[in-house]
Amino acid sequence: MRAVIALPFLWLGIFFLLPFALVLAIALGTNAPDSVPPVALGASLKNFALLFTDDLYLAAWLTSLRIAATSTLVALLLGYPMAYAIARAAPARRPLLLMLVVLPFWTSFLIRVYAWMGLLADNGLLGQFLRWSGLADNPPTIIGTEWAIHLGIVYAYLPFMVLPLYATLEKLDGGLLEAAADLGARPLSAFLTITLPLSRPGIVAGCLLVFIPAVGEFVIPDLLGGTRTLMIGKVLWDEFFTNGDWPLASAVAICLLVLLAGPIALFQRQQARSLERRT
Amino acid sequence: MRRARFAFGMLGFGYAFLYLPLALVMIYSFNESRLVTVWGGFSTKWWGALFANEAMLQAAWLSLRIAAVSATMATVIGLAAGYALARARAFPGRSLFGGMIIAPMVMPEVVMGISMLLLFVGAERLFGGPDRGFLTIAIAHTTFSISFVAIVVQARLADFDRSLEEAAMDLGATPWVTFRTVTLPLIAPAVGSGWLLAFTLSLDDLILTQFVAGAQSQTLPMRVYSSVRLGVDPQINVLATVIVSVAACALILSGWLTRRKA
Repeated sequence: MRAVIALPFLWLGIFFLLPFALVLAIALGTNAPDSVPPVALGASLKNFALLFTDDLYLAAWLTSLRIAATSTLVALLLGYPMAYAIARAAPARRPLLLMLVVLPFWTSFLIRVYAWMGLLADNGLLGQFLRWSGLADNPPTIIGTEWAIHLGIVYAYLPFMVLPLYATLEKLDGGLLEAAADLGARPLSAFLTITLPLSRPGIVAGCLLVFIPAVGEFVIPDLLGGTRTLMIGKVLWDEFFTNGDWPLASAVAICLLVLLAGPIALFQRQQARSLERRT
Repeated sequence: MRRARFAFGMLGFGYAFLYLPLALVMIYSFNESRLVTVWGGFSTKWWGALFANEAMLQAAWLSLRIAAVSATMATVIGLAAGYALARARAFPGRSLFGGMIIAPMVMPEVVMGISMLLLFVGAERLFGGPDRGFLTIAIAHTTFSISFVAIVVQARLADFDRSLEEAAMDLGATPWVTFRTVTLPLIAPAVGSGWLLAFTLSLDDLILTQFVAGAQSQTLPMRVYSSVRLGVDPQINVLATVIVSVAACALILSGWLTRRKA
């Protein structure tokens, strides 16, 4: 058993945990464009100070949190009824219905974000449809706006919302709802007092699975968002790849990690608890 | 019943939302026109172009090899991790262990990307290697895929009838023999789907790869990304059609196999 624990422990210790110490060390250094790698080690907090005083970076933090939060909410509002419907479907049909939710996840994230580029482009398919159907004579540009980023996040992460919701809703004891109905509860109040509270673990897990990665999302704001909306994952990417400022990019990574440490710990506790319940 | 009808309506809407964009991309892969928003008649010329695109094919081949290697490593390590989580109730550092397994699942990829790159740069300074390319990409993919394999294995072991293992042990089998002859065959489907999941994740990864790839290697997602940032590209529509079709066939096949067994 000791070897069984040691192998993953060592691997993740070396390749997952240890690197964060390096990121912190680099974040305390300064940019040195002429050396290879372009870093002068040091103990300066200048990079962190910049991230929290410069208006551009502050706006990027706030925008990322706001967009991640609203997209998570929209994904929940769409994903909950979907998971509920699958859990209420005939048992023989559930695997197929669930597979239809999971299938996009097995294709390609990049391709699925790309699929929206042709739809949302100026004079794209969505605009053509709106004009043809008479819903809008002069459809507004969607690509390059926050709308497009929201749409992209909800689209890309929806399966992650539906799966944990389905897992809790499926286990829900139907007898409880019958009992509530027998005692005179209306469907809506039975839903609010029984189904909703009992599905809380699924709601929390689904929201965290969408929210946490969405805060640091890069591909979606890059391909759908255009230059006006700055999200923090894109800031990190640009500082690193475009400006070659490794220390500043590292500082962004450390801040993102600290910011998300709470939600990640919450997610981990949730997972551990749901496992304990099963054994 | 009205509430259920509303939920089923939303389900239909959700499916349309998930599949319409993909369906359009697939239809437009047969478009004659280069402009992706204008239908210029039926044509398979982009299919020919993609399969003659040497750079794209090479990138795909590299991605497939990396995915096979990293999925296999992730399955071995993830199997150990899932087994340890499900069966070792208490050991020093268990909560850290659990945290390290869960965290990569949700960690923003840019954070993992920069941290792994700095590790490889540091290793290069200290030990003179490894060179950035196939190996570093495979290590990076393995590291974040371990979580997914471990979760699948752990979930399977959690609903597992332990009396079979206990019977084998009572009959004198060592823990290793018990694992190989009783546990592993029973959890094999979970291990298999863990491998497939790791394979898919590796094949699709852009961000981590971009950080650790070095100058020489270009994987399929890196190629796709550098092409789509310039705008919509009909060859990418063809690629999307191929990927969606393969994924659909694989899922249908696996669904059919599990149903036949059940």
